Amino acid sequence: MKMIKQLRSKKAIYLAGIILVTSSYTLISEEPIPQGKTYSASEKAASQKAFLAVYDVLMSPRCMNCHPKGDVPLQGDDSHLHTQGVIRGSDGHGVYAMKCTNCHQPKNTPGLNMPPGNPKWHLPPADMKMVFEGKTPRELAAQLKDPEQNGHKTMAEIVDHISHDELVLGGWNPGDGRKKPPLTHPQFEKEFRDWVKNGAVLPEK
Amino acid sequence: MVYKLKVNKKDYSVDATPDMPLLWVLRDLLGLTGTKFGCGMAQCGACTVHLEGEAVRSCVTLIARAAGKEVTTIEGLSPDSKHPLQVAWLEEDTPQCGYCQSGQIMAAAVLLRENADPTDEDIDHAMSGNICRCGTYPRIRKAIHLAAKLQKQGGTK
Ligand code: FES
Ligand code: FES
Repeated sequence: MKMIKQLRSKKAIYLAGIILVTSSYTLISEEPIPQGKTYSASEKAASQKAFLAVYDVLMSPRCMNCHPKGDVPLQGDDSHLHTQGVIRGSDGHGVYAMKCTNCHQPKNTPGLNMPPGNPKWHLPPADMKMVFEGKTPRELAAQLKDPEQNGHKTMAEIVDHISHDELVLGGWNPGDGRKKPPLTHPQFEKEFRDWVKNGAVLPEK
Repeated sequence: MVYKLKVNKKDYSVDATPDMPLLWVLRDLLGLTGTKFGCGMAQCGACTVHLEGEAVRSCVTLIARAAGKEVTTIEGLSPDSKHPLQVAWLEEDTPQCGYCQSGQIMAAAVLLRENADPTDEDIDHAMSGNICRCGTYPRIRKAIHLAAKLQKQGGTK
């Protein structure tokens, strides 16, 4: 009898352990938003699908060109390295005589191949590069959710950022001759919110 | 529309449309022709001037952005043409045709202000957007190193 009781309590400990491990795994990999809410399989699938639409926008030249994997911004619809040897600089605003806003004005300069403009034109800073280029959907989604990699933002702040930030919106006003992202901004915002609302689930790959 | 400008520490009022490039204002309205027109599309650096100390390209910087701010052109870089860069430029006989050189000096001035002892790499990062069709790049590099030395000695300004 004693043996059976011991066995049972051992089983209970194992079970508790398994539950703990799974729930902490859930918290880390698919942080529910709002926290504590659980999501059905169909919600999770909807979340992943929405992120894939978001991903296509984030990887379009209008977004990715300023989220390069190196320290040189990218240019053009073919995302070539920025000419003139432009580099990021520690604050993301360029260096010395090669600061972004020396050429990029508060508004687009009209004409083909003229510098596009925005009052906030810059790259992410050197200590928080927020690289998009080369990331898989899963990697990019994980980065967006991680405050250590997303500019110390909560998910609510990220949603606010992609909805209202002037430089994000500038992607849809790219200046003459440049392609816009594959979704409109309202569509993009909706997909982003759907991703988050349904659990901000990471895509499989 | 009338804009108030401060160029080389002097106050000006100019009548211009809001989309007139600062380069046009400087050259055509104020007669400051040391700043050159190369490409008109922020590609070459010939038109570089300082706006609030930064090396902006005046061909794409509209007067509306410059209004009420401090502009410095090559004519105002120093009161007596004795900025260390100007001294070094002469010493190294840097220009060939000279067309790009006021832009080169204005770009280099920001470099030396922010980095008193630039390496070759720093010079590349600062100057790679200023094109010289005569290829005076090696002399520009030498002159910047010399100017850094002069600046440290403090003999010129
Ligand atoms: S004339 Fe302005 S950069 Fe060429
Ligand atoms: S000296 Fe001729 S373009 Fe530079």
